[in-house]
Amino acid sequence: MEKITVEHLNTYFGDAHILKDINFKVAENTVTALIGPSGCGKSTFLRSINRMNDLIPAFKCDGTLLLDDEDVYAPEMDVVDLRRKVGMVFQKPNPFPKSIFENVAYGLRIHGEEDEDFIKQRVEESLKSAAIWDEVKDKLDKSAMGLSGGQQQRLCIARTIANNPEVILMDEPCSALDPISTLKIEDLIHELKKGYTIIIVTHNMQQASRVSDYTSFFLNGEIIESGRTEQIFVSPKEQKTEEYITGRFG
Amino acid sequence: MNFNFISAKISQKIMNSIFLLSGIITLTILVIILAYILIKGLPVINLEFIFGQVENQGASGGIFPIIVSSLYVTLLSVLISTPLGVGAAIYMVEYANDGKLTRIIRFGAEILASIPSIVYGLFGLSFFVIFLNLGWSIFSASLVLAIMGIPTIFQVSEVSIRSVPSIYVEGSYGLGATKWQTIYKVVLPAALSGIVTGIILGMTRAISEAAAVMYAVGSSITMPISILDPGRPLPLHLYILATEGISLPNAFGTAAVLVIIVLIITFLTNYFTERYQNKMMGK
Repeated sequence: MEKITVEHLNTYFGDAHILKDINFKVAENTVTALIGPSGCGKSTFLRSINRMNDLIPAFKCDGTLLLDDEDVYAPEMDVVDLRRKVGMVFQKPNPFPKSIFENVAYGLRIHGEEDEDFIKQRVEESLKSAAIWDEVKDKLDKSAMGLSGGQQQRLCIARTIANNPEVILMDEPCSALDPISTLKIEDLIHELKKGYTIIIVTHNMQQASRVSDYTSFFLNGEIIESGRTEQIFVSPKEQKTEEYITGRFG
Repeated sequence: MNFNFISAKISQKIMNSIFLLSGIITLTILVIILAYILIKGLPVINLEFIFGQVENQGASGGIFPIIVSSLYVTLLSVLISTPLGVGAAIYMVEYANDGKLTRIIRFGAEILASIPSIVYGLFGLSFFVIFLNLGWSIFSASLVLAIMGIPTIFQVSEVSIRSVPSIYVEGSYGLGATKWQTIYKVVLPAALSGIVTGIILGMTRAISEAAAVMYAVGSSITMPISILDPGRPLPLHLYILATEGISLPNAFGTAAVLVIIVLIITFLTNYFTERYQNKMMGK
């Protein structure tokens, strides 16, 4: 079952044509890695899926982007609901300057949840799913800003999970973290795959090969090659892909 | 500056001393003024002075109605100017596209901030007191002070709201928050200590104004009850006591009370905003 289907997607910032004729499919409960050199459009693509690019006034796009069978860019699409279903974890851990508890409860509260018992239970579940519960359970009322970078990033994942999303987008979630924190997040991605569809942008080839089932290679705003991760890394069909993976450029 | 004829080390030392000296001079001036006012004023201050009624136009008795007038106009003016100043700042950062309009608004605020307070006073008399027929009253004076306070609150709030990291805002949108939810639940709390600083600056300016209120507040020495009663805030009382030769010691007593109130407001808010900030940032 396809979770996300993209056909002939083109995006523009003002006059700059960023993504060119993107065709892309993601199956449910899989991890897809987006790789490619800086400025190749992979983050722009990721942000097209939950319409975060809408925040930039000069952004335009055409083509189709379907979540299940709903057109994400249809006029009747409720962006608030879309972003609840398609959660996002950012490059730099960005917990709010609030308590750990309120960070995780934030998504529930803004979507109108008022049952405090339910919120409490959901916060605990989400922190457990993000493998950070044991580290924070005794200081839920303390500011999230006092946590380490790796803990903050797992808290941000918990915050996303609390919304009960279907898809989680991760934009280089480990690029600001140390190797041990990175491993924890990678283990977490393996766990999360059971319940969520994950798309992860990464600069790290090893990471892509460790965590993902499928990989798409972006270059200059185009997808050069998509396929199963082993295939892309072991026997890429395109020469450009091979050159990038073996570190000849990028 | 280029001191080619002396070594870098020595020029460094000279500049260090110059900056240190400027710091010391600033601090010394503050200490001298505070000490002078308190030495002259404190002997007059006792419970009767603070809680007594004004007698003989201020030559004797206390200044309780004067203190109440001051707190009244200050709080009322801040209640009016805060939503306007903060609202305009939110508009500038979150809603307006940077362009001609925002430049005009920012420029307008700068001009508003630089108009002499006596001119505000005259405007208050002709517009609020006479044209709107609000009379000489606490309300008229509060409106004048509110208009004076808006640019300060606006400018400080705008800087503070603008400096909220965009990654917080993205995080909030990414969870499906609407613009208003993001502003209300993430941006404003993160900018709060800066906004409070702006409000305090507006407040201390309002409480220190004689010229702006002298035509609008009347000059009543009785206790103001309703906002439409006339009153006489501390700076105006002090001005009248001194210029009309009523009582110089009581003028200093009034000045000392005014200074102490301003110091209390400043210290308390600094304390609480710092505590709030530390709690938010997990320190």
